[in-house]
Amino acid sequence: MLSSLWDNQRLRSWAGQILLLALFGATIWWLADNTLTNLAVRSIRVGFDFLWRQANFPISESIVAYDPSDTFFRAYLAGIGNTLLISAVVIVLATLLGLVVGLGRRSRHPLVAGFAGAFVTLMRNVPLIVQLLFWYALLTTALPPPRQAWQPLPGAFLSLRGLYLPGVEVDGHGWLFCLGAVAGAVLWWRGAARVERRFDLTAPRVAALLAAAYAGWLVLLWLGCGIGLRPSLPRLAGFNFEGGLRLSPEFTALTIGLVIYTSAFIGEIIRGGVDAVARGQWEAGRAVGLSDRQTLFHIVIPQALRIIIPPLTTQYLSTVKNSTLAVAVGFPELGLVVGTVINQTGQAIENVLALLLVFLTISTSVSLLMNWYNARVALVSR
Amino acid sequence: MTIGYLGFAGAVAAGLLLAGGALAASTLDTVKGRGKVICAASTGTVGFGAPDDKGYWRGLDVETCRAVAVAIFNDRDKAEFVPLSGQQRIPALQTGEIDILPRTLTWTLQRDANGINFTTPNYYEFTGFMVPKSLGVTRVQDMKGAAVCVQTGSTTEVVVADISTEHKLGLKTVVFDSIEATKQALFSGRCDALITDAAALASTRATQAKNPDDYIIFPATPYMDALTPAVRHGDDQWKDIVNWSFQALIAAELFGITQANVDDKLKSPDPRVKRFLGVEPGNGKALGLDDRFAYNIVKQLGNYGEMFERNLGRGSPLKLERGPNALYSQGGLMFPLAFQ
Amino acid sequence: MTIACEPAPPPRPQRPPLWQILFGDAGSAALTIVTLAMLVGLAPALNWAVFDAIWQADTPARCREGGACWAFVAAKLRFIMFGVYPPDEQWRPLVVTGMILVMVLVSLPPRFWGRRLVAAWLVATAAMLALMWGGFAGLRPVTTANWGGLPVTLLLALLSLGLGFPFAVLLALGRRSRAPVSRLLSILTIEVVRGLPLVGLLFVASIMLPLLLPAGWTIDKLGRTLAALTLFAAVYLAEVIRGGLQGVPRGQVEAAQALGIPAWKMIWHIVLPQAIQKVIPPLTNTAIVMVKNTSLVMIVGVFDMLSAGRSAASDPNWPSPYAETYVLVGTVYFAICFGISLYARWLEKRVQEKEYR
Repeated sequence: MLSSLWDNQRLRSWAGQILLLALFGATIWWLADNTLTNLAVRSIRVGFDFLWRQANFPISESIVAYDPSDTFFRAYLAGIGNTLLISAVVIVLATLLGLVVGLGRRSRHPLVAGFAGAFVTLMRNVPLIVQLLFWYALLTTALPPPRQAWQPLPGAFLSLRGLYLPGVEVDGHGWLFCLGAVAGAVLWWRGAARVERRFDLTAPRVAALLAAAYAGWLVLLWLGCGIGLRPSLPRLAGFNFEGGLRLSPEFTALTIGLVIYTSAFIGEIIRGGVDAVARGQWEAGRAVGLSDRQTLFHIVIPQALRIIIPPLTTQYLSTVKNSTLAVAVGFPELGLVVGTVINQTGQAIENVLALLLVFLTISTSVSLLMNWYNARVALVSR
Repeated sequence: MTIGYLGFAGAVAAGLLLAGGALAASTLDTVKGRGKVICAASTGTVGFGAPDDKGYWRGLDVETCRAVAVAIFNDRDKAEFVPLSGQQRIPALQTGEIDILPRTLTWTLQRDANGINFTTPNYYEFTGFMVPKSLGVTRVQDMKGAAVCVQTGSTTEVVVADISTEHKLGLKTVVFDSIEATKQALFSGRCDALITDAAALASTRATQAKNPDDYIIFPATPYMDALTPAVRHGDDQWKDIVNWSFQALIAAELFGITQANVDDKLKSPDPRVKRFLGVEPGNGKALGLDDRFAYNIVKQLGNYGEMFERNLGRGSPLKLERGPNALYSQGGLMFPLAFQ
Repeated sequence: MTIACEPAPPPRPQRPPLWQILFGDAGSAALTIVTLAMLVGLAPALNWAVFDAIWQADTPARCREGGACWAFVAAKLRFIMFGVYPPDEQWRPLVVTGMILVMVLVSLPPRFWGRRLVAAWLVATAAMLALMWGGFAGLRPVTTANWGGLPVTLLLALLSLGLGFPFAVLLALGRRSRAPVSRLLSILTIEVVRGLPLVGLLFVASIMLPLLLPAGWTIDKLGRTLAALTLFAAVYLAEVIRGGLQGVPRGQVEAAQALGIPAWKMIWHIVLPQAIQKVIPPLTNTAIVMVKNTSLVMIVGVFDMLSAGRSAASDPNWPSPYAETYVLVGTVYFAICFGISLYARWLEKRVQEKEYR
């Protein structure tokens, strides 16, 4: 009886699965129990109520308005904002540079190919953190102090304290305006085809109509959000420059380091994609009288995109994750902010969990977005 | 294939470099079983805790820890130092990775209430700014718009924010996770000022500035901090041992007992000295230590005054004054409790 | 009827003369000029690194003026390579580094691969760790708090890959399994860990892990860091191995089933050997990634080569030679990683040739 039970393969496999699940559950329970015991024994405070307490510590730069009198929650938002900002900037710039590098490696021009090859080899084989520290050391030792700042262009100052550019100060709800502008653009774009069909208009007419509607929408938004613009020029005041648009050395070093490092990887991905498109496609392009450039952009790249997008997604995700290395150069992205919050509150578990959660959310959203885009590309090219 | 998952929790936890074992009831038993005291050390602040050229740890905080090693083992080298960053030090203490945290830690309410216990302050200190002289700044009010380098994991982040708000200075902070990075940033000119304990600033200026005369140090707040070795919550015996090991150092100074004369003092007729040095037994037993623990500490390390001069004062590159760290009898704040 | 017909040789590709490639038309000329301009732009760096550099200095003060201060690197090389390991015991990490090098060289030719090599690695690793720890045969015990520099970097990379590999195999098999619990748990682990930055995992290991374990279980800092790196390596290796498993023809499994070979035997003797052989070139890629990732342990205060370099550069006697230090550390990493990638390329070519034959 028992031996027949043992011989039943399905039963055995099910028993194994249940055992595994039980073991997994037990492990989780064991860890949780340990943690609770430890916290109680050491009288460590638990819970997320600290989020609503006043943070009291400064954050050197942030695109989300933040002041030490704000809450820890606000500090988190500032950190997340900075992480997203640096990731977005790096992804855009690295993709452009990566395209240049990738195509450069396949160039028939020996100098260009050699240069791109050396670049990729060097950047891929040196750890990112070493590169970041190197760039930061370079920026903070090679540049002059603010009072002797270089002035490459009128109104622009380059010094140890970063790059100061003329900027504009915006009053009112700038975010709302941007959001509305983007939403409007998407809406009108999607509506175009429908308008064309419904009213039987020619394409140029539709375009003109759309442009007019969009301009009207922008004016409405502008007034509605109370936007006011004032030019703002950097000027030396006391220790530092004031006003204008400032790129701190931390931000600059992080951007340079990440862009260069990431572009080497993106370059290789793009090269791989281009290589994977059969040689025959190039020859066919040439045979029908297209130039190399036309073949590349109209035949090869659209096909290569399908191969490129999955690894590119992975690379974008790594870039977001790599932004946490900013702790080494002092740019206050989420990792650095969380480190400070752990110190101020002494609540390591909650904060590390929050950090992990934010990154999981970002990773999941980026992969979903790229999967959606990938599906679209795959459909179109079928 | 079914065994797939389990690996992690089990093996990562148990399989790798697992040290220790069952928890002994008290920290003292754990330390005795291990044969050494483990203390936190900074990643290098000369005068408080830094390895010398031979890799031997020196400094006031380091010797505070060695005093405990002497009290327990009668051997100042039975102490081990684990360099920890600002964020790691408190969790490391709470979880038993270290036994004592003597690492320039300011005694604050939030820290005290939140899982650690403070013993006796071993250093009283102002938080200060260090600024290049060339900027012509001599006090906090002049610092409008300055960029300040801050190490994360310290109380100074809050101090900067408070000062900035109080005097409407609009200070810009540049935050790093290591003290080396903040120093590098000040010396390279990335920041106008470095903020930390004035003594650590003096240490930095004396040992790391290319030309120490190019920098001035001034207090950031009128309030003094008490840098205090901390222990875990929940082990009163251990707290007592750490506390009285340090008390022995200041008491010895008050009694005029030094490393050189401690053997002569054994013959002292003064009943307080007799009790202190364990000639009249009872004190050590009460703590669970050797009755001569105070004698051993002075014999191996000297008294607090000697320790101070050796690490921070005249015998060191820092050349600091005793100031608030003198005995109360000389106008300072160091005040030994009664050894009876 | 057969006609012997010699095919005409393919036309030899005509290589245009060099000047025509470089300046043949406006486009190439522009590219040439831009590239040359970029090379010229690098000249100051070359000047700094070579011509203006101070190679020898009797006193650190000599480095104040001039370019790169290589004299500093020479003076501090020992510290950067071995950290705060007791100076008169530093032959031990040196021997360990040598052992790693020898073992790696021995493992290069594919004909040495096999169970005996794995056993040799196990023995060698145990010997290396024992030598670092000491505490026997008159060797002074040295705790991991005093380990530092290059051996820590190499050991972390080696151990995280070695310890991660068995878990990776289990995870990969679990992910391909039809049993729901194994599959879900494997997918969960892989996707969660892949979604996290390594810095976050290192934070977990260095700050949170002690709180998750029962009181009294203390794993030292290096051990906890290694645990985080191992988990990370396991997950990335698992994805590579999964690729290999997918490449094993279904017929192999069916044949084994038809012969009545038990499932675990089939996996151990038939599926895994084929799968792993297929993924060796991409595995070297993961090895490069892990070697580079060890540099992140600096963030949680482990004294690897990079932290040792930073610490050395903060010596006040020298004029803050950070750039030189990073160049040195970068060069060591480059040598290791580039070496691995050259080997991978050679291996890949071999595999391809084998398949074509």
